[in-house]
Amino acid sequence: MDLKTLTYIVVGLTFALYIGIALWTRAASTGEFYVAGGGVHPIVNGMATGADWMSAASFISMAGLIAFLGYGGSVYLMGWTGGYVLLAMLLAPYLRKYGKFTVPEFIGDRYYSKTARLVAVVCLIFISFTYVAGQMRGVGIVFSRFMEVEILTGLIVGMGIVFVYAVLGGMKGITYTQVAQYIVLILAYTVPAVFIAVQLTGNPLPQLAFGSKLSDGSGYMLDRLNQVVTDLGFAAYTAGNKSTIDVFAITFALMVGTAGLPHVIVRFFTVPKVRDARSSAGWALVFIALLYTVAPAVGAMARYNLTTTVQTGVVGAPDGNLSYEQRPEWMKRWETTGLLKFKDLNGDGRIQYYQDKNKAFAEKAASFGWKGNELTVDNDIMVLANPEIAKLPNWVIALVAAGGIAAALSTAAGLLLVISSSISHDLLKGTLMPDMSEKAELMSGRIAAAFAIAIAGYLGYNPPGFVAQVVAFAFGLAASSLFPVIIMGIFSKTVNREGAIAGMLTGLIFTFGYILYFKGIFITPMADNIPANWLFGISPEGIGTVGMVLNFVVAFAVSKVTAPPPKEVQELIEHIRLPYGAGTAQSH
Amino acid sequence: MSDNTPSERMDANAVDYWRASIRLIFICLAIWFVCSYGFGILFVDALNTIQIGGFKLGFWFAQNGSIYVFLALIFFYAARMNVIDREHDVHED
Repeated sequence: MDLKTLTYIVVGLTFALYIGIALWTRAASTGEFYVAGGGVHPIVNGMATGADWMSAASFISMAGLIAFLGYGGSVYLMGWTGGYVLLAMLLAPYLRKYGKFTVPEFIGDRYYSKTARLVAVVCLIFISFTYVAGQMRGVGIVFSRFMEVEILTGLIVGMGIVFVYAVLGGMKGITYTQVAQYIVLILAYTVPAVFIAVQLTGNPLPQLAFGSKLSDGSGYMLDRLNQVVTDLGFAAYTAGNKSTIDVFAITFALMVGTAGLPHVIVRFFTVPKVRDARSSAGWALVFIALLYTVAPAVGAMARYNLTTTVQTGVVGAPDGNLSYEQRPEWMKRWETTGLLKFKDLNGDGRIQYYQDKNKAFAEKAASFGWKGNELTVDNDIMVLANPEIAKLPNWVIALVAAGGIAAALSTAAGLLLVISSSISHDLLKGTLMPDMSEKAELMSGRIAAAFAIAIAGYLGYNPPGFVAQVVAFAFGLAASSLFPVIIMGIFSKTVNREGAIAGMLTGLIFTFGYILYFKGIFITPMADNIPANWLFGISPEGIGTVGMVLNFVVAFAVSKVTAPPPKEVQELIEHIRLPYGAGTAQSH
Repeated sequence: MSDNTPSERMDANAVDYWRASIRLIFICLAIWFVCSYGFGILFVDALNTIQIGGFKLGFWFAQNGSIYVFLALIFFYAARMNVIDREHDVHED
């Protein structure tokens, strides 16, 4: 059976599964729509959180980023897992005890202010739409490459599936579909990794394989990889090329941003008890770690495979490089997508892949008759092309396609749900139309979800040029706006309304402004995005850390000089700190 | 026999419970910080001089080890908190 037919069958089967689950788990009340009725088992919730959290970026892009960054890619590995420690200890149990439906609702009650609630809604919507656009782009890439359909067709199919289970099923439908999607995506990620690990090292566990000896007897894999890439002028794989302070700031911003992402936090509202919220964060990290501990192995193995495929012999020897005519099938296929490009600069019909920005090596390369790097490989294709590079059977490639779509759709659905619930619950019910009946609120939630899907689809089809850059925005804003006010709301009895609003706005405006200044998302950048220009040497990706500190400082300072929170708010804080008496999530 | 009213005894217990929770969080986050930011970032070069199998130790902490530590920490925290909840009689059901 050819690859295309097989891919259609595998992806089609997973879609049928998601729709089946959606029909079986329809939401009948606002409680089921917002928090799945609050009765989800902690392990089930952990698995759903895993799928919710692991997006197209984790599945498709991350291992590719690590492959090209080496040690520098560690910021994503630590940053996107370490946040769960903060979630488990600082947020999830207390917000679960509080027992409402949305994150802005907590902020509004704790700071006795509709303004605070609205600022939180604005942050939430901006963060979530930024994120959704990236998911839809992921769906588009997978469809156009593996199913060979127009991106638009792919998007409409994807949106249709999400529409069915998010709009009908709400949080309840999403939870059980995410469990199915987790299983699809983790198989799709680990199966090829195991195959490749066995091929290269004979060790089937990818986590150990990249620290093992290569089967060809040339020594430890990472040592050999360092050798192979430095021979071509690249930085050593296990050494970094970012400054320590920047690595520190980026990791911190990603961790804190993770803990402040509304679509992740809200998953912990669905478990029955406070103690379940704690253990459920642990289970979530178990399921996430299954992918995140494999990713660095995938990155290292992919980099090794790619480099040795192109550099077949001695560096500098006339026949040491792969002849373009003899390039493997997968290169031809990915060339048609434009994500892999070859330009024969020196006209020798062979592919030279090296670091031409390394001056010393570029001079040496010139003496070989090389005239610049001839191959550009997009980060995003490393995971998707991996099974083809390793010559794995077609069913594995089809599985990877289904996994990529599962990762993107599961995250998109979680994001769309928090967008729709903040519109129907915080904006309409909580602010504009407080007399709305539960039935009308449920309907408005569904309508809001449908609109959000349409906007997300539009953003996926016309990706604003900045999609790749806005990830910094999502994490930076979550870290500098939502995370600090939630933490202060639980751990301080003195931070008041004025402090929280001033803190949130300071963190938000500072972080937003800094990223805009260097990246110029809607305007032209006002300064070159280079370390010499950065504040304390911190890049826009890591600036959320500084924004967070500013938020805390301003909030405490303003609270000191204004009236303390009223007595009932102090009682609310005491109440959420003690586990007993947690009911299921309530609207009032 | 103390002459505190029940609600005051309850308050003292709540304060005690909160102090115990904060202490546990502090210990866990100290380990969290040392294993990721310490071993994986600040002291990565020093640890990289130690090689275990094919891994340089600092590199391994940054790419794999810290994640295992995070996992162990959350389950340790959840288990300890269950004990603390019971000791202070604030556990659920």
